[in-house]
Amino acid sequence: MSPKPKMTSSNLDFYYGDFQALQDVNLEFHERQVTALIGPSGCGKSTYIRCLNRMNDLIPISRVEGRILLDDEDIYEPSLDVVMLRRRVGMVFQKPNPFPKSIFENTAYGLRVNGVKDKGFIQNRVEESLKRAALWDEVKDRLDDTALGLSGGQQQRLCIARALAVEPEVLLMDEPASALDPIATQKIEELIHELKELYTIIIVTHSMQQAARVSDMTAFFYMGKLIEFGDTDTMFTRPKLKQTEDYITGRFG
Amino acid sequence: MRNKRQSAEKLMQRIFFSIAGASIAILFLIMVFLFMEGLPIFGVVSVGDFLFGHYWYPTSDPPDFGIFPLIIASVSVTALSSVFAIPLGVMTAIYLAELASKRVAEIVKPTVELLAALPSVVIGFFGMVVVAPFLQDVFDIPTGLNLFNSALMLAFMSIPTICSLSEDAIYSVSPGLKEGSLALGATRWETILRVILPASISGISTAVILGMSRAIGETMVVLMVAGGAGMIPESIFSPVRPLPASIAAEMAEAPFRGDHYYALFAIGIVLFVFTLLFNLVADFIAHKYRQVGEASL
Repeated sequence: MSPKPKMTSSNLDFYYGDFQALQDVNLEFHERQVTALIGPSGCGKSTYIRCLNRMNDLIPISRVEGRILLDDEDIYEPSLDVVMLRRRVGMVFQKPNPFPKSIFENTAYGLRVNGVKDKGFIQNRVEESLKRAALWDEVKDRLDDTALGLSGGQQQRLCIARALAVEPEVLLMDEPASALDPIATQKIEELIHELKELYTIIIVTHSMQQAARVSDMTAFFYMGKLIEFGDTDTMFTRPKLKQTEDYITGRFG
Repeated sequence: MRNKRQSAEKLMQRIFFSIAGASIAILFLIMVFLFMEGLPIFGVVSVGDFLFGHYWYPTSDPPDFGIFPLIIASVSVTALSSVFAIPLGVMTAIYLAELASKRVAEIVKPTVELLAALPSVVIGFFGMVVVAPFLQDVFDIPTGLNLFNSALMLAFMSIPTICSLSEDAIYSVSPGLKEGSLALGATRWETILRVILPASISGISTAVILGMSRAIGETMVVLMVAGGAGMIPESIFSPVRPLPASIAAEMAEAPFRGDHYYALFAIGIVLFVFTLLFNLVADFIAHKYRQVGEASL
């Protein structure tokens, strides 16, 4: 009997206009675990992760059916405050997207928009977040420089620090390393290992090896459906379904 | 066969080069002409007296060629019009790029751009016949043809430029930045104010400056509604005579190659310098604060 999941989606359907992008997805995410979502392009894994912090709300013709629970709260409940939800469920995007501001201001952004005024507090939190994102040593002498001068890998770690600064409970990562070189990728993966001590992490990835390296649980999506879900070791050694095995071993997709 | 293709390429390149060259040459010749016809006035009056002289009586005997009141008129009309046009233009742009639904934007944007298509004489006419009597009544002033009225009309003319160019700048901010901000728990407003506007500030500044340079060079509207008094304005309801209005109003009566004629061309030089400066500043800002992509990988 496992403990209660941090996030659960039940019977989740998602539509872009008439096109159904997700079909009846049931998944559970547990605290202090990394769950990898894998599958070929267009399988719905990115759409799915963006349902978890309601990022898809931005698409005018989209529609969600089913339920997603964060702890015990339905995040699609009309009375729910999306701003609060996004604070609790942070997100790191595929392409590093630092704001055209200084490194410090990038990290402090989430605090500032949440009304934190205390300078000392912000300063401490910025330092702590940058340390947690393993970026502090590289940038501590140039916090006031523009973030756009950082390398791609540093920018991505800055985006992680930025997400951590608001102390989320869940961290969504949408192919966080797909735009990075192998060394920067390795750093991000090491970071995920450390971060999972504190957060529930859900990561979309195109790389089987990455999923195998970083995740505890793996969910395989295909054509908008969840095909198989289980712990990563089992999935990668003895998948239940032939389809999963074919994808993991690179026979299709 | 290959040679033939290559020479065709070369020929095309030459044709396009000469077309581009022609417009530069024409522009250059106009400039030469402007300076040839304008500079002789400085044999009669010094540059300082011309620019800072307080009296513009070109037909008196002896004549006074001080264009300071005209410069002040142009500057104040432009400044006041930008007080109206910048907030309206930029706010409309924000609305169109960020807030309006697609359907509303598809109607509003062409409508705003249509404002630019209104002939300036129509706007001037509107200012004269509708706005002037209204101002006269409401503020109880001797004439409705004044600085305020012309600033308002010029604002109408520069709003489309400001709005349309700002909208392009705001629209081109990468959606990644917007999502990044929202994902951190920022509201739509915070995202606009803290991320989208700062990221598009260079484009917006360029838009504002181009809008203002349009206002300062505009002739017909100020000729019709500014009131035409060549005096330093005392309030925003004083009638004024901006630089282009003076040229347009007086050119017909100035004796060919007389001092008055030269003085009017010298006003043209001053105007040219103004708009040149505006454009240089716009260029400078556009380069210095160029919009940067979401990541330089």
